[in-house]
Amino acid sequence: MNFPILSFLTFFPLIGVALILLKRGTEDTTARFSKNIAIIFSITNFCVSLLLWIKFDLKNPGFQFVEETKWIKNFVSYKMGIDGISIFLVILTTFISPLCIFVAINSLKKRIKEFLIAILIMQTFMIGVFCALDLFLFFLFFEGGLIPMFLIIGIWGGERRVYSALKFFLYTFLGSIFMLIAIIAIYWNMNTLDIVQLMGSKIPENLQYWMWFGFFISLAVKLPMWPFHTWLPDAHVEAPTPGSVILAAILLKISGYGFIRFSLGLFPIASHYFADFVFALSVIAIIYASLVALMQKDMKKLIAYSSVAHMGYVTIGIFSFTKQGIDGAIFQMISHGLISSSLFLCVGVLYDRVHSRLIQDYSGVANIMPKFALVFVFSSLANVGLPGTSGFVGEFLTLIGTFKVNYIVSIAAATGVILSAAYSLWLCKRVVFGEFKVNNHGETLLDLDKTEITILFTLSVLTILFGVYPNLILEPISSSVDLVVKNIGNIK
Amino acid sequence: MKSIVPELFLLLSSFSLLIIGVFRNTFNKIINHLVVGLLILAIAVIYTNYSDSSVLFGNSYTIDPLSNFMKILVLISVLFTILVSNSYLERLNIAKFEYPIILLFSTLGMFVMISANNLIVFYLGLELQSLCLYVLAAINTKSLKSSEAGLKYFVLGSLSSGLLLYGCSLVYGFTGSVDYSVIAKVASINSGALKFGLVFILCGIAFKISAVPFHMWAPDVYEGSPTSVTTFFAMAPKVAAISALIKFLNIPYGNFIEEWRTIIIVLSIASMFLGAVAAIGQNNLKRLMAYSSIGHVGFILAGLSIATPESLSAVLVYIVIYVFMNIGVFACIMSLNRNGVYFENISDLSGLSKHHPLIAICLTILTFSLAGIPPLAGFFAKFYIFLAIIQHKVYYLAVIGLLSAVIAAFYYLRIIKVIYFDEAKESYDKTPNFGLRFSIVVSTVFILFYFIDPSSLNTVVESLSKNIR
Repeated sequence: MNFPILSFLTFFPLIGVALILLKRGTEDTTARFSKNIAIIFSITNFCVSLLLWIKFDLKNPGFQFVEETKWIKNFVSYKMGIDGISIFLVILTTFISPLCIFVAINSLKKRIKEFLIAILIMQTFMIGVFCALDLFLFFLFFEGGLIPMFLIIGIWGGERRVYSALKFFLYTFLGSIFMLIAIIAIYWNMNTLDIVQLMGSKIPENLQYWMWFGFFISLAVKLPMWPFHTWLPDAHVEAPTPGSVILAAILLKISGYGFIRFSLGLFPIASHYFADFVFALSVIAIIYASLVALMQKDMKKLIAYSSVAHMGYVTIGIFSFTKQGIDGAIFQMISHGLISSSLFLCVGVLYDRVHSRLIQDYSGVANIMPKFALVFVFSSLANVGLPGTSGFVGEFLTLIGTFKVNYIVSIAAATGVILSAAYSLWLCKRVVFGEFKVNNHGETLLDLDKTEITILFTLSVLTILFGVYPNLILEPISSSVDLVVKNIGNIK
Repeated sequence: MKSIVPELFLLLSSFSLLIIGVFRNTFNKIINHLVVGLLILAIAVIYTNYSDSSVLFGNSYTIDPLSNFMKILVLISVLFTILVSNSYLERLNIAKFEYPIILLFSTLGMFVMISANNLIVFYLGLELQSLCLYVLAAINTKSLKSSEAGLKYFVLGSLSSGLLLYGCSLVYGFTGSVDYSVIAKVASINSGALKFGLVFILCGIAFKISAVPFHMWAPDVYEGSPTSVTTFFAMAPKVAAISALIKFLNIPYGNFIEEWRTIIIVLSIASMFLGAVAAIGQNNLKRLMAYSSIGHVGFILAGLSIATPESLSAVLVYIVIYVFMNIGVFACIMSLNRNGVYFENISDLSGLSKHHPLIAICLTILTFSLAGIPPLAGFFAKFYIFLAIIQHKVYYLAVIGLLSAVIAAFYYLRIIKVIYFDEAKESYDKTPNFGLRFSIVVSTVFILFYFIDPSSLNTVVESLSKNIR
């Protein structure tokens, strides 16, 4: 057997957690030690995950790097593997985690050690979600991630952190119980929870509808899809910057991944049946969330609503069942992961200095912080979907894919692009441009420091890279997406 | 006769300890240590004869792997109870040499309940353990609340025993026998009247496991009794009563599944739901744990109502995990001690994360496990129950159960919120006590790492549940 690279990626951060917990000493030394450990472990993890990309077989549409061992007797096996759909989500996770750790070390003041532990545990759960090839295992990782995220929002969050943390937890927990029921029902009807086997066998049609719905509720809450989205703005606003980044960049992607893998892969008939329903919800999400974003006074809330709108493109792309649509959806997820992280980090930069997230407290920041202004405006434009940035490719592909199937949906969704330009540019205008005036702060506002520049510029460079040369992502995912499209096309 | 050695051993040793205690008042500590040793020895004795099965005393007393399993579980809960009690009782100045001995007598009663194959023997065991429990509840004679708890428990407990006895007499009247296997034979012929007896007996047992609507005593007694006694209440009597319930439902009333299933499902839904909703308003940790255990009993009953081998093994797994979660949580509650005063309110947990990070982490893990969040053991416990329920296609029970799990998550999260999110208060005394720390760490490690190998417990339990029906 080969080196179990996926298990290594998943559980390696936990070794770091153990080391941090075992370290004794004064508060200072443990804090320094935990910082070093967290950086070393997360960067090693990222490098190892790049190995996946190198060794990935482009021609193979099935699962690669598969590991399988018996776990719970005759019912759950420990099975991990990735294909084109999940590979970039894994790499995105390992890429975003060290960024968050750097940001946390840079900006967090209290309980840094515990925060790093929470992020490392979070990383384990998130990589596990994308690699799990067994429904039970998937559910374990899916739900387990609630614990560290709950603590991240609750301990290091803003004023209304308790409310937001509870709301986040209970919403997601409530949604996931329906998935649990569906998983158990699948087990008793199909006698296996192995995703690969389930994809090969047909689940009886009358059951598909119920199970699809069970999964849908859970994933729709996590995505979040209108009308289940209300936890997201609260969670984003109250979470500390690294928490918001993880939430936006990775947690929201679990649902998109889940839709492709489970809704399309396991319940193709039901997916066709419910496609229009998903279209309707997504279009409402895109337009409604964009309009709400226009009205926001809080920058983080604005970006949160823009996330809801952008995830709407992901779902219409997926449920168009076309190659372009699904390609676009995956691309959009990666690109949104980069762009929203960058935006949240920008807001975090402002918040660290001024301690306000309200738009009205800022004006003309560009005069004092030119580097910051550059990144902020660039990220906003990428968020709009400016050609040349990765945001454009994702939206464009999903819209093409949808246009083939249902042009009304496509047109309605395209209005979202205009609205997103409206709120993003207006945000830039109010915060970055104009006469310099920041609440309680003279001209002492510091521009980006070295860490911030490194992080934000890396994100921006990647955004341009993927925007200019999208094949970097589209090529590896191509054969797996073909397979998904073929499987779901056979139903019709 | 060899198989009854554990019971005889417990009986003789508690008598001798009693005598030692009477003559040597200063032997408090030594008796405690002796009891710990005795319990470990008893576990070893049962474990070595684990797979023996025999029927004794004219078919009224059975010993089989299932009963041995349950007895070991009872012994483990008693052992941990004694480990966590020492320092607690000493600090409150209520350390009496009778305390561990009463625990032993009550354990003996539980053994008899577990092994009973006859209504009279069952009743004898039940009363022996209940009487000990009444005394234990009131053992803090200096506290008004403790006396109240004892009295309340006694009065209500006697009432329920009365109901149970009345049910037994009805069953005897209609079948002419108190023997489980004879009842099972006669039951198929003369069915209608036996249901009457069934209802009364179930009322009695439901009281003992504090299933809604027979739960009213639990919050008051849990709150009033000394915490070490509450720890005991939350574990051992429930294990014994549920074990007796499994036997009672599946042997004498094995042909009446359709009749008792409805009753059990109603009890289960009511318990799960009330356990979740009523706990939200609680401020006292012990009261909260009372409602939490009511909720857990609801899940256990949901598993019992299905009565397939799978569901029964799910119930057994649930009980094991439930016991370990309770050990840990109560040990954490008993660590909240500052200058001889014990704190019991949820708000007293604030600052735990700052001054006592280890206890805070352990309590958090245990609480998440109580709420049933993966990958902790509590999730697996609930998962197996729902697996069995959905296999039987009782979807409404699964949905109600999971919804109440979500509601319950709210108050468990509140505990974690107080531990981590609230402003820190003064620190508590450091707990040098070995028993407390040992219990907290052992239970947390069990709960946290259960997911690595869930199948070995399953294998043990499956072989037991196959033979029940």
